Amino acid sequence: MKFLSTFGSYILLIKGMFTKPENYKMYWKEFVHQCVEIGIGALGIVVIISVFMGAVSAVQTAAQLTNPLVPKTTISQVVRDTVITEFAPTLVCIVLAGVIGSKIAGELGNMRVSEQIDALEIMGINTKSYLVMPKILAALVTIPLLVVIAMVLGILGGRIASTMGGIVSGDIFDKGLLMGFTPFYVTFAMAKAYTFSFILSSVPAFYGYNVKGGALEIGRASTTAVVASCILILFADYILAAILL
Amino acid sequence: MWHNAFLQLATCNLQLSNMIEIKDVNKSFGEKQILKGVSAVMETGKTNLIIGTSGSGKTVLQKCMVGLFEVDGGEILYDGKSFTTMPEDERKELRQQIGMLFQGSALFDSMTVEQNVKFPLDMFTKWDHKKKIDRVNEVLERVNLKDTNKKFPAEVSGGMKKRVGIARAIVLNPKYLFCDEPNSGLDPQTSMVIDLLIKEITEEYNMTTVINTHDMNSVMEIGENILYMFEGEKEWIGNNKEIIFSKNQRLNEFIFASEFLRDAKDMRMLEEKGIINNERNMDALMEDPETHLLMGDNEKRESHPDREEKKP
Repeated sequence: MKFLSTFGSYILLIKGMFTKPENYKMYWKEFVHQCVEIGIGALGIVVIISVFMGAVSAVQTAAQLTNPLVPKTTISQVVRDTVITEFAPTLVCIVLAGVIGSKIAGELGNMRVSEQIDALEIMGINTKSYLVMPKILAALVTIPLLVVIAMVLGILGGRIASTMGGIVSGDIFDKGLLMGFTPFYVTFAMAKAYTFSFILSSVPAFYGYNVKGGALEIGRASTTAVVASCILILFADYILAAILL
Repeated sequence: MWHNAFLQLATCNLQLSNMIEIKDVNKSFGEKQILKGVSAVMETGKTNLIIGTSGSGKTVLQKCMVGLFEVDGGEILYDGKSFTTMPEDERKELRQQIGMLFQGSALFDSMTVEQNVKFPLDMFTKWDHKKKIDRVNEVLERVNLKDTNKKFPAEVSGGMKKRVGIARAIVLNPKYLFCDEPNSGLDPQTSMVIDLLIKEITEEYNMTTVINTHDMNSVMEIGENILYMFEGEKEWIGNNKEIIFSKNQRLNEFIFASEFLRDAKDMRMLEEKGIINNERNMDALMEDPETHLLMGDNEKRESHPDREEKKP
């Protein structure tokens, strides 16, 4: 029963966002601000995770491919496909759910508790539209870009680890990358990236927007938002894999 | 004759403009009824105070008035128009005529004082930057704030935050100003400054100001129209002059809570009657039955067992 009530409130929050903006310029300004906060703010962690993710993937694949009949190019093929289909969209988005999700929930929670949201409402501003929508749109624009960057850097990390660790040469790794490439995997990864972006921005926004209480409740809302986002991302990951693959 | 009648009607309409009427308002949270059929009128150009103990429903009433809570029953009328049944678009327009000062000021942390005050102008006007800045400086000067434009809310004092809150609330020249406990967390002197500032601004802009407070100084200093609430019901309505002579026991217990204030009230009553500070009236004072009644009260208080126990 509580789940249905929460889900209903979430739907109402999303529905409430779609009204005519009071001032397009101000909404655009807020959207750009959120793009910088979400996109540039999370770029550092995405770069670090992606490089190491690809490197570990290359090393572990090489360790398991002991059969001399399996060509060395398989290593780069495995790195490429796992990074594109799973590591870049899912792992990065789960990390971003923690980084961005807690930030969104904390920011909106603090605004709610300190009556800043009420102040905006009394001015005649639709706070769902002004505070929540730019965050979701900014996530939908920047996170897929971060996922693309993660794909490139993940593969690059795998290449660096392979060449520096003496697993395979750069030429063989590059040759493997071009073998048996399925372009649909990129489409699949982007579908996942957009879905996860929506989840990891809207769910924390919902929990932050509806905080009641004080500092303790803001912390609790942030934690709940991150946990709920991660679970929903994993659930959506399975559903998309089952439908699209 | 018709001319006079027309003039009276016009005057009456003028008085009605910007007035807020609360009609039989009810509000519950779950099974707990917070507001029980409250009716009152908030007058234009006056500082209207809603007072009452904690939990009496004054904040809920104010939040219902500004639309942060929906009422369960009854009606709230702004200038004769029902706010309760108003479509959302009209509500949005009306809200642009409402300014509100929050208990904690509710300033946007990430913005400077100037940006905070400019925000409503950015959102609702198409003025150029210079005109906006001029208006911001004008209202900041009006609330006696200078050289704070580039400071962040965290860098200014509590009293200054309240002033910034007032500046932001009046920057769009609103018709209605709501203040939720404007004195909370301030020292008595600063509280008085804020109270007088609100009163001055109310008169200057001819606004309908509604202040939610339980500060005794505010009540006595700026209470031109006071609504006293008790357990979600309207208990008493009057002004700061009438409150002294009120026979409402609950109101007296709330306002004159300390012995010092009770004594001050008695003195004020005698002063109002013009029978103290005048030796020639001493005989009359002693003959006045109400004086005896007051003295009797004092005697009773002096012989109060609690008080005697505290004596060494």
